[in-house]
Amino acid sequence: MGDTGIGASVRRKEDLRFVRGAGKYTDDMNLEGQAYAYILRSPHAHASISSIDTSAARASDGVIAVFTSEDMTAVGGIPCGWQVHSKDGNPMAEPKHPVLAEGKVRHAGDPVAVVIAKSRTQAQDASEGIIIDYDVLDAVVDMQKAVMEGTTSVHDDVGTNVCYDWALGDKDAVDEAFANANHVASLDLVNNRLIPNAIEPRCAIGDYDQSTEQYTLHTTSQNPHVIRLLMAAFVLGLPEHKLRVNAPDVGGGFGSKIFHYAEEIIVTWAAGQLNKPVKWTADRSESFVSDAHGRDHVTTVELALDGNGKFLALRETTLANMGAYLSTFAPCIPTYLHGTLLAGQYSTPAIYCEVKAVFTNTVPVDAYRGAGRPEATYLLERIVQVAADELGIDATEIRRRNFIQPDEFPYQTPVALVYDTGNYQASMSKALASADYDGFAGRKEASRHAGKLRGIGIASYIEACGIAPSNVAGALGARAGLYEAATIRVNPTGSVSVLTGSHSHGQGHETTFAQVVSDKLGIDFDSVNVVHGDTDKIPFGMGTYGSRSIAVGGSAIVKAIDKIVAKGKKIAAHLLETSESDIEFENGQFVVPGTDKAKAFGEIAFAAYVPHQYPLEELEPGLEETAFYDPKNFTFPAGTYVCEVEVDQDTGTVDIASFHATDDFGTVINPMIVEGQVHGGLVQGIGQAILEGCSYDENGQLLSGSYMDYTMPRATDVPSFTVDTTVTECEHNPLGVKGCGEAGAIGSPPAVMNAILNALSEVGVTHLDMPATPHRVWQAIRDAQAS
Amino acid sequence: MYAFDYKNPSSLSEATDMLRSSEDGQLIAGGHTLLPTLKQRLASVSDLIDLASVSELKGISVGDGSVTIGAMTTHAEVAASSDVRNSIPALADLADGIGDPQVRNRGTIGGSIANNDPAADYPAALVGLGATVNTDSRSIPADDFFTGMFETALVENEIVTSITFPAPDRAAYCKFPNPASRYAIVGVFVSQGSGGVRVAVTGAGAGIFRVSEMESALAESFKSASVADVQISDEGLNEDIHASAEYRAHLVTVMAKRAVDKANS
Repeated sequence: MGDTGIGASVRRKEDLRFVRGAGKYTDDMNLEGQAYAYILRSPHAHASISSIDTSAARASDGVIAVFTSEDMTAVGGIPCGWQVHSKDGNPMAEPKHPVLAEGKVRHAGDPVAVVIAKSRTQAQDASEGIIIDYDVLDAVVDMQKAVMEGTTSVHDDVGTNVCYDWALGDKDAVDEAFANANHVASLDLVNNRLIPNAIEPRCAIGDYDQSTEQYTLHTTSQNPHVIRLLMAAFVLGLPEHKLRVNAPDVGGGFGSKIFHYAEEIIVTWAAGQLNKPVKWTADRSESFVSDAHGRDHVTTVELALDGNGKFLALRETTLANMGAYLSTFAPCIPTYLHGTLLAGQYSTPAIYCEVKAVFTNTVPVDAYRGAGRPEATYLLERIVQVAADELGIDATEIRRRNFIQPDEFPYQTPVALVYDTGNYQASMSKALASADYDGFAGRKEASRHAGKLRGIGIASYIEACGIAPSNVAGALGARAGLYEAATIRVNPTGSVSVLTGSHSHGQGHETTFAQVVSDKLGIDFDSVNVVHGDTDKIPFGMGTYGSRSIAVGGSAIVKAIDKIVAKGKKIAAHLLETSESDIEFENGQFVVPGTDKAKAFGEIAFAAYVPHQYPLEELEPGLEETAFYDPKNFTFPAGTYVCEVEVDQDTGTVDIASFHATDDFGTVINPMIVEGQVHGGLVQGIGQAILEGCSYDENGQLLSGSYMDYTMPRATDVPSFTVDTTVTECEHNPLGVKGCGEAGAIGSPPAVMNAILNALSEVGVTHLDMPATPHRVWQAIRDAQAS
Repeated sequence: MYAFDYKNPSSLSEATDMLRSSEDGQLIAGGHTLLPTLKQRLASVSDLIDLASVSELKGISVGDGSVTIGAMTTHAEVAASSDVRNSIPALADLADGIGDPQVRNRGTIGGSIANNDPAADYPAALVGLGATVNTDSRSIPADDFFTGMFETALVENEIVTSITFPAPDRAAYCKFPNPASRYAIVGVFVSQGSGGVRVAVTGAGAGIFRVSEMESALAESFKSASVADVQISDEGLNEDIHASAEYRAHLVTVMAKRAVDKANS
């Protein structure tokens, strides 16, 4: 592998500019003559608008224009990228998502009007002069109330608050298994709503060049081509070739920057209307009410077991919050990224789930690190633990008895997916050894002496990365392909530019992708440059989310490299005066094995661009290849996490005492970056488990609307993690990789909650919803003692 | 933020003149409450009069059995002061636990007490030690200074100049922080000194309050067991998404016990 190839912990190239403050983010750009947009948002969760008077705002200092929905009648609604069908065959309800409110607002923060002025302050000053006549309506906040008959509808044209009523699995087989089971465990739980908090708030700058009729949108996006397609084709009706979308350095996404947002449309459209650049930057308070939220499920789950603790069937019913409008990929999160994961690592023969998606007067909910899979893993690993406790079986033993065995792959689950490879025993054994599982009793005793309750929790998760293949996704309702594209551009002097459709917003692609290219072409790591984010430069790509970059984007790069090598062999054969079939490519050399005939990669590149001795009649000059890669299947990372907690009974405080993670990500390109990804995911998962709780009041006002009330994890909230890997290579992609971006956030919440409930079992607490804040833990102990 | 005039006086008298002559002027110390309020346009001022260059308001001095801290002294300076650490270690500890490093390096003791946030830490120290607030016109006992939620005994244009703390025989502060903001959900300051025993509670109610039942129990025996069974009523205590009134009432006892143990250690 060398010290920069596949498998080496190369330091991140991009960090040099980031730690020096030299990164170039969207808000760092300021275009000549740019104006500033301020978006006036609804203070109400649900209200009809009888009038909007913008006359005073228009006359305010520095104001260039004030727009409401009446000015944007030629602009379409914000499209949804996935159509789910209900179990009765009907398509989901898909009410219009206007860019600016059309007669009604549906969540606190819903954009109503936009003021464009010479400065942001002038725009905000002017917005205070806009007079809006609201008639406040009952807010729909609680999902269980939302689905009751007679409840106010968020969308009048839908009539109910149910977006779809979806099901997956064999209901009859599940019902029969439950009827014949020795034991049934059941659990009602909530998967708490989370507010993403990328360190960089969203920003968008629209620009228009009258001379070329060219629009440009600079934006904080994880997938610039998706935004270009959606906005050009479905919203603004622009020719795609006249719209460039550029997502430069982006400071974290976690899913929240996948989606097509109103502000991107507003600045692009307004730039055309006004013939000047228009910039909008969210402040942090605005991010809380305008970035799509995550999770928010209310679930009942039941597990049927035989007398030996073998799982017979699993049944789930869930209400999944969509918020006020369908965000870009919202419908697929609680369905195809959730129900399909319910087998977990287990050979449960029958599984059935029903998911009702619900409209409420809250911020839209969409993919957030893990997206559907954390919710599946949480309910599964919690009910498995409940069953183990009820049957008196050790947490590891019940899992071992039900694991899919290494010789059972490929494994067809009862919920549509086919797992290609895995070895769940191996990762669990390694995690248990790392955590000294057998020594827990001694540590528990020590904690008891210190007056603390100690608990241990296990979670064995499975995750599915890189939604695939495109035709299957299409049949399930995707309105886009799910391939990735890459161009390998070899320069005449032998250096390489990689133009990738993947997008790095913290993942370190400039390093890992360069490692792959350097390794495969046998060239210096520093002579590889990775270019991403600009639709005018890169081939049409789908971007980065769902831990797809290395598995899908990396595979496209390898396919393009293969084409480069194939062409290189033809050139080498000509230069070495031999047959193409005699040439092999190894360590950066085109060689004829058994002879001293060889041409270095750089010589071939030079010959391709200075084709003086070149088979021009058979072969085009140049050395640049593009590949589109559409995966045959998802990849399936899996692993086991072991968490230990100490609980202070007097205050309810939970301290994460230790956390050991063993993941199987297939081939690892850069172990240091993978470790960092796992650390980040674990912190987010621990945040969900004990700290982060989005809270609305009954009127739909966001109570946790700032860092004064929304608890982001801090360094002191988490322990020093111990992370390790096991490897079963993915069998259907060229690198054998699986993806590591979300695993930490998927596996950790149930590990933490299982540990907390293990600790609290001593004081009679059997259930607790996330986040397990000190107040909740204290209250649960108190309630258990009272009963 | 609405536009305002920024003023940077270099003396207390200049600051007072600026304040008196302004239409709707406001003093700014560390700005940790005022600036977010202004940025969110929840307040507007004609003049922002910055006390940062008023040297009379800075510094820590030790007197006979007391420590006097200038109003513009930052939390970090109090935490790092060997004079404070030697005379009243509990006060240095309290300052060291306010917010985070950014807050501690900007926030000031004068700003904190003049704002009188019901969950701020410093009011607990002032009342818990029986301190005296010195202003440009008079001295006010801490017990009389904090008059209600965000309310103090300060009159218009009166400026806090320093706070004088009597050094106790023993004292400690324990707080249960709000996990998000790190303000006190409940903070309890206990002390025993020439003025007797004091137990002051912040975070739990509309403002700082003393718990006389705990004070008399500790006056008899300054041990945590003395307060272990003293439960305060939850009536009128704060309730929010982080803690119920009942939980806060419970935490007052827990934090008082821990503070007494810490004071005795």
